[in-house]
Amino acid sequence: MGIISKIAGPLAVASGMTGSRMYDVVRVGRERLIGEIIQLDGDRAIIQVYEDTSGIRPGEPVKSDGEPLSVELGPGILGNIFDGVQRPLEAIQRKSGAFIRRGIEVPSLDRKRRWHFHIGEGIRKGARIGEGGIIGYVDETELVRHYIMVPQGISGRLRSIREGSFTVEDTIAEIEAPDGKVIALTMMQRRPVRSVARHSGKEQPDSPLITGQRVVDFFFPVAKGGSAGIPGPFGSGKTVVSHQLAKHSDAEIVVYVGCGERGNEMTEVLVEFPELRDPKTGRPLMERTVLIANTSNMPVAAREASIYTGITISEYFRDMGYSVALMADSTSRWAEAMREISARLEEMPGEEGYPAYLPKRLAEFYERAGRVRTLSGKTGSVTIVGAVSPPGGDTSEPVSQGTLRVVKTYWALDAALANSKHFPSINWLNSYSLYKAQLAKWYSANVGDDYGAYREEAMKILQKEAELRDIVQLVGEDALPDNEKLMLEMGRIIREDFLRQNAFDEIDTYTSLEKQKLMARAILHYGETAEKALDRGVSAERIIASKARAYLSRLKEAPEADAETAVKRAMEQIDAEFAALEA
Amino acid sequence: MNVGTEYRTISRVAGPLIVVDRVASAAYNEVVRIRMPNGEQKLGQVLESTRDHAIVQMFGQTGGINVNETSVTFLGDTFRIGVSDEMLGRIFDGQGRPKDIGAEVVYSEKRDINGEPINPAARAKPRDFIETGISTIDGLMTLIRGQKLPIFSSAGLPHNQLAAQVARQARVKDSSENFAVVFAGIGITYDDAAFFIKSFESSGALKRTAIFMNLADDPGIERILTPRLALTTAEYLAYEKGMHVLVMLTDMTSYCESLRELSSAREEVPGRRGYPGYMYTDLASIYERAGLLVGKKGSITQLNILTMPGDDITHPIPDLTGYITEGQILLSRELANKSVYPPINPLGSLSRLMTGAVGPGVTREDHKGWADQLYGAYARAVDARDLSSIVGVEALQEKDKEYLKFGEDFEERFIVQGPNEHRSIEQTLEIGWELLSRFDKDELTRIKGDIVQRYHKGGKGAAREAEPSG
Repeated sequence: MGIISKIAGPLAVASGMTGSRMYDVVRVGRERLIGEIIQLDGDRAIIQVYEDTSGIRPGEPVKSDGEPLSVELGPGILGNIFDGVQRPLEAIQRKSGAFIRRGIEVPSLDRKRRWHFHIGEGIRKGARIGEGGIIGYVDETELVRHYIMVPQGISGRLRSIREGSFTVEDTIAEIEAPDGKVIALTMMQRRPVRSVARHSGKEQPDSPLITGQRVVDFFFPVAKGGSAGIPGPFGSGKTVVSHQLAKHSDAEIVVYVGCGERGNEMTEVLVEFPELRDPKTGRPLMERTVLIANTSNMPVAAREASIYTGITISEYFRDMGYSVALMADSTSRWAEAMREISARLEEMPGEEGYPAYLPKRLAEFYERAGRVRTLSGKTGSVTIVGAVSPPGGDTSEPVSQGTLRVVKTYWALDAALANSKHFPSINWLNSYSLYKAQLAKWYSANVGDDYGAYREEAMKILQKEAELRDIVQLVGEDALPDNEKLMLEMGRIIREDFLRQNAFDEIDTYTSLEKQKLMARAILHYGETAEKALDRGVSAERIIASKARAYLSRLKEAPEADAETAVKRAMEQIDAEFAALEA
Repeated sequence: MNVGTEYRTISRVAGPLIVVDRVASAAYNEVVRIRMPNGEQKLGQVLESTRDHAIVQMFGQTGGINVNETSVTFLGDTFRIGVSDEMLGRIFDGQGRPKDIGAEVVYSEKRDINGEPINPAARAKPRDFIETGISTIDGLMTLIRGQKLPIFSSAGLPHNQLAAQVARQARVKDSSENFAVVFAGIGITYDDAAFFIKSFESSGALKRTAIFMNLADDPGIERILTPRLALTTAEYLAYEKGMHVLVMLTDMTSYCESLRELSSAREEVPGRRGYPGYMYTDLASIYERAGLLVGKKGSITQLNILTMPGDDITHPIPDLTGYITEGQILLSRELANKSVYPPINPLGSLSRLMTGAVGPGVTREDHKGWADQLYGAYARAVDARDLSSIVGVEALQEKDKEYLKFGEDFEERFIVQGPNEHRSIEQTLEIGWELLSRFDKDELTRIKGDIVQRYHKGGKGAAREAEPSG
């Protein structure tokens, strides 16, 4: 037990803290605010406090929990919304109303709710269970089976196990460790957020995270177990892209961290997700989602923790053998929280005031993504998608640069595209994905070789168009030869009729890989047919003015089920239109 | 406890900061009263407290402080303001003291001016369309009740006129509910203040308005308080009295400059352009106090004004603001120079809450696609204009010439309107369709086929016989 000797904003210094360890959680002041030790100096501990410190005085007590910042993992976590240190916001609302009063202590997981625990196949008394081994499961939601694992670091012979309805604190099994100690297991375990969960080895990602977003899936895919960065100025649609991925990606579990962002955006997720249905099962998407919300007006120290809370929860589900997608919006706010704490510690600042260890922290975070063999022998993955909010949209700043060095997919959001309401405003010339080669096999096996061929063809057109645009800036479009005018039109078609996608349209919001391929086929068919017409002597003006293009524009509106017929019909109509053009 | 004790132990004065020695346990953010040698009293707040001294920031000039004779009293509590609905129709200074001639204000309760963060789980989704009567705003960057939508302006642009026009004209359809305005002038000139008061007066809104005034020659540090006083008052009116409150804070740039002044006095490591690294968090603690709560009737909508230094939208003040607010209304000097009023540049402006809140049943079924198409067409027009300034109009393609003309008409007929003109949303949509109908139906690819069929005014485009994709 120590005594506060200094208080300034989110930072408190306590003396008499002999025996406490770095990163231990402490309770600060008479109101028992949550804090974490971030520096030790003799018997003095420097503490970052996760709640507002107004009114706290020197002389008030500080008590250590004797354990590092940890999250509770077990049934009851899905569909829930937590703050940065995993306090359940809905339970807090019931307790303290619409505003978050500080010093509230509510357990992360509901202690009263009972779950039906099923014993896993082949698990019986006397069985040897290794650490991380699965002993049974709870059908937490209709979408997700929640496997109950032996906590990491524990293994031995199963002395007892019982099936039935339990709370997360009830003992469901006992394990006798090799040293003879008997350990009682519950359905809940705790993991420290700043330590990386162990696994039996990383594997190469081999399948894409399918998002239904054409520009992402077609041109710049991210692998399951990979990582992607989305830097962009405000208003460029980072949040809409993150939301779209959370809604439509084919991950089995989605963890969404709203880190220092708008309160209303979290509300949107809370209101929308329960209404959105999983296309395969028809169940609400919320059943596979965990939300972590530290909105911009919530305490800044908890913002620093929120990212770790999110990734630790992700790793837990990965260890069950699930593919998990973590969206962090925005990692810049996390870095800024780090900077704020660092400045108050009077550390020597690095670039733009950020602490010198920023790049390392970023790399460590993204390195927690991956496709792994779990301790129980399953394969699971964590995909990380991190939004970055560079000041003034200038990506030469430290957070963007630190991110780009470690992620393998880069979606460059573009203010000019956003201004003309071209969404998603992912710039097709600056973005990249380094997973394409790795995933090529998957594409040929699952969507056919033509998918990749179309992609290359379309990208060539877009690059050529960009070159021509530069020339047009100097001489005007009229000065170009006919085949180049056609190239410009093709570029425009790909941009407007394929890459532009309306997240708020019922049909356009999601496009399957199959429909993407069909759309690309129709567009490239238009190009070929137009070229033939050009060879016959038809002028580019007349080709461009013909009604043929309109048939491409409306393909977005075609429902998935009719996509094939719609594309076939569009191609026939294009043929007919062009055939009617005479030289 | 040392509450009530007068300390005469000031050891250092630097800018707005005072160091008081031999104070064992001042609370963080505790309010202090500073008695000057001439008997004058000022307020301050504890920024840092240790077992032997406290650093106090003073609201007001530190001029006249005398290390030996000035005394400091710790008042035992954080900064609180009395609130009540009697505050409507009254004018207060930047520290919340009545400034006008009138009866004493009876307060119902006292509240901490920093408020408490709204639990994201307790927020209700903003979805009520506010008709401002201004085509550009209603049509393209719709204001929604509970939104924070600032005006990004620059020196010399008519942001005050625009803000006053919105405040005057804003209404929610089929609504006779309680409304109120809370206005905070932060470092604005006397003239600007008088303009707003007169505007509220002439529209009859003054008796529904609480005004907080920190004028340009009032103490800079006081500006840290002013927006918080206004928002605390607004929260009381909205969530206790069920009113729909429009909060206007102007000019947020003055606020940020005070924040920087304070930060440099504390010798903190400066961030971009000298603004403190925590400015994002600090601004969020202001802007995030807009919204709606589940189960409460009232709402807080923020229409703040900031002036972008050097017309630069990447300056830290507009930049950090844009990352927090739900869009922005961007004023353009180029349009203003062409005598376009209101000089709102749609490209660069945005309302994030618009998509979820417009459409059938609220505005009209065509609204979203229509707005997308107008944005797209105007963007192409601006591109064509840039291009023509290099290669000349003659070198443009026919299509681009068409867009060039569209751009001019759009500015003249859609954006331009009178400072007292109130256009209904139907009128706004109508003007937009008149402008769009010059294009072929097939060219309006951002609007769904059936909707184009229904609203397109014919023009030169022949009707498509059948939808290509059904």
